[in-house]
Amino acid sequence: MATLARLQARSSTVGNQYYFRNSVVDPFRKKENDAAVKIQSWFRGCQVRSYIRHLNRIVTIIQKWWRSFLGRKQYQLTVQVAYYTMMMNLYNAMAVRIQRRWRGYRVRKYLFNYYYLKEYLKVVSETNDAIRKALEEFAEMKEREEKKANLEREEKKRDYQARKMHYLLSTKQIPGIYNSPFRKEPDPWELQLQKAKPLTHRRPKVKQKDSTSLTDWLACTSTRSFPRSEILPPINRKQCQGWAQWLTPVIPALWEAKADRSQGQEIKTILDNMGPFRDITEVLEQRYRPLEPTLRVAEPIDELKLAREELRREEWLQNVNDNMFLPFSSYHKNEKYIPSMHLSSKYGPVSYKEQFRSENPKKWICDKDFQTVLPSFELFSKYGKLYSKAGQIV
Amino acid sequence: MHSLTMDLWIPNGQAGVMSLLRTLLLDVVPTIQQTAALALGRLANYNDDLAEAVVKCDILPQLVYSLAEQNRFYKKAAAFVLRAVGKHSPQLAQAIVDCGALDTLVICLEDFDPGVKEAAAWALRYIARHNAELSQAVVDAGAVPLLVLCIQEPEIALKRIAASALSDIAKHSPELAQTVVDAGAVAHLAQMILNPDAKLKHQILSALSQVSKHSVDLAEMVVEAEIFPVVLTCLKDKDEYVKKNASTLIREIAKHTPELSQLVVNAGGVAAVIDCIGSCKGNTRLPGIMMLGYVAAHSENLAMAVIISKGVPQLSVCLSEEPEDHIKAAAAWALGQIGRHTPEHARAVAVTNTLPVLLSLYMSTESSEDLQVKSKKAIKNILQKCTYLPALEPFLYDAPPNILKHVVGQFSKVLPHDSKARRLFVTSGGLKKVQEIKAEPGSLLQEYINSINSCYPEEIVRYYSPGYSDTLLQRVDSYQPLNN
Repeated sequence: MATLARLQARSSTVGNQYYFRNSVVDPFRKKENDAAVKIQSWFRGCQVRSYIRHLNRIVTIIQKWWRSFLGRKQYQLTVQVAYYTMMMNLYNAMAVRIQRRWRGYRVRKYLFNYYYLKEYLKVVSETNDAIRKALEEFAEMKEREEKKANLEREEKKRDYQARKMHYLLSTKQIPGIYNSPFRKEPDPWELQLQKAKPLTHRRPKVKQKDSTSLTDWLACTSTRSFPRSEILPPINRKQCQGWAQWLTPVIPALWEAKADRSQGQEIKTILDNMGPFRDITEVLEQRYRPLEPTLRVAEPIDELKLAREELRREEWLQNVNDNMFLPFSSYHKNEKYIPSMHLSSKYGPVSYKEQFRSENPKKWICDKDFQTVLPSFELFSKYGKLYSKAGQIV
Repeated sequence: MHSLTMDLWIPNGQAGVMSLLRTLLLDVVPTIQQTAALALGRLANYNDDLAEAVVKCDILPQLVYSLAEQNRFYKKAAAFVLRAVGKHSPQLAQAIVDCGALDTLVICLEDFDPGVKEAAAWALRYIARHNAELSQAVVDAGAVPLLVLCIQEPEIALKRIAASALSDIAKHSPELAQTVVDAGAVAHLAQMILNPDAKLKHQILSALSQVSKHSVDLAEMVVEAEIFPVVLTCLKDKDEYVKKNASTLIREIAKHTPELSQLVVNAGGVAAVIDCIGSCKGNTRLPGIMMLGYVAAHSENLAMAVIISKGVPQLSVCLSEEPEDHIKAAAAWALGQIGRHTPEHARAVAVTNTLPVLLSLYMSTESSEDLQVKSKKAIKNILQKCTYLPALEPFLYDAPPNILKHVVGQFSKVLPHDSKARRLFVTSGGLKKVQEIKAEPGSLLQEYINSINSCYPEEIVRYYSPGYSDTLLQRVDSYQPLNN
């Protein structure tokens, strides 16, 4: 009981003290709480910071390693490139050295080769001289030919003159004008006249016509109606000597004369001596002169038609089949089909391949194939490859 | 017939001849038709007004229509009319083409009679001669293969006309020339160069040169037809036109590339051309001179080849003795091309004493402008390489200032290295002349003069400077003798 009394007495103060202690502790509690919080926050902050630092360190290590790896890779690449460039430069430099030597050599030997140039110029001048000589010879030859042609022409002219003037020849009775008795020797024209044969009348040039109409009409006047001898008439109508020769056997007297002496002017003098008649050959020519129509008449009026006919005839020769080509089958309805010879034989077609030796060893006489003794013809293997490309259509 | 044309030379409206002849063309009798056509042809041939009258009176369609039907005399006469009308001017030729004459003329080219072919080819030639469109029209009508066939015919006159027709077709443009070559004409033309007839050779060479002038490929094709060295014999022909055309052909071939020029040189063409130049006069020389210029222009080796073939004396002869300015200009140009490569070449030109001639041509007032320009260029080109001092000295005296500059420059290049030349320079009075030249200080001329003066000791330079005697006399005047 005492304690109870003491407690009861103290109860108010206990309560006060209780309250007082609680309330006194409260601020301490708050303070301590704050302090604890502070301590804790600071400590946690330290913890976190150290953790972060740790993380930082680790991350730095990782990044360091990774970046160094990348850097090394990059470095390798750069080194490769630099190496490559250096080698290329080296090769270039070496190649330039080689090329320099070679180009200098080539230029000295071939391009600006002085000795070669001298040789070349010497060859050119030799060619020039050769060409000049050849051209001079050519010109000389041409001149010579021309002179010869001129001389020949002069000869012919003089000969022709002599033949035209041959009647001025001196005879036994009468000296000709070139053989005057007061001269020591006869004029050279005299000798010329003696050599020349007399001219007979020139026959006009006749065009050879091959159209049948005219000669049919003139058949009765052709020279075949003359009495013939063994000798055939000469081919060229112009040769008067030949014609005289061919016609003279008709007259026996001339035959004898021909046998003894040379022809030409002797025959003429004989004929002159025969009397007041004209030369028989001339007379016959004049009487039976063949017709020489003008060019205009010689062309038939329907020449174009004739030419067309001829063209048609030639084309007809080339035709295989004369029947006109009829396109539609209705035209051929009533015709019996005639098979071609190839289809209508009783033997069948031979296989194409069997006919060749190379495919058909059964045909060989001995068991070996032919061997090529002569080489094949190489000409055509080069065809088209030897010609220059100039002028080909692009 | 000719007296008839003279009397009727009055304006067509009054005479009415054309309408009369036109009705006669439709006559029944063939001889009258032919004679009427011949009359029309002679009228049109005489004068281009009459040819226009023929065209205006609508005669051409009638001619063309009956050209296809009639006999060969009529065809010849009608082709003669077409030729006579077509030769005067391009408009008349166009009128002929417009009325469809080309097809019938080409059909006439296939005729059997060589006279008809000749007349048709002549008409086609005169039509194609004017310009490229008309030539193209002739080619489109299919004339070229037939003309090539005509060339192979035996008649000389036909060959001549066909060759001249091909030449006139090919001359306008490279495509037309290519058409002619594609028809295989070149081989036949090349074969016929050996034909002795002069007119035929003239036409053939003209045709080949017209073909080869357009491009390198065409020139190569002509060369492949093996015309060298046959064409060189044509240079010795008696006929002037043959020589001219042969040198034209060689010129057209040589001008394209150095390889072709080399080919010509290797075949000895240069010597032949030089001889040809020597034997001709006047305009016939011109292609030969130009050919030498073209060959020398390509490279210095070729120029040296021209020099050793004795081309330079011949060219200088041409330069001095030809009266015509254009030939002189060509010779001056050729000499410039030869001498411009190296000092050797310039020396070869200068030795023949052509430089004074060139200078006089440049300075003379009578020369044409073209001649002056070309001789000036030639002088400049040669002078820039010339180290042959005896030839340069006359230039010091009478050259104009712009050339003097180059001359003095050349002296200043040569004199420092050659003592003999220095001595010669002094003794011949060149140093004196150089001192007398007035040049602005600082100009190129003054530099050259200074470099020349620096080759000599100072006393000599002062001795030759102008007015030296005056200064000496002044010194005498001002000299006080020592009183003994």
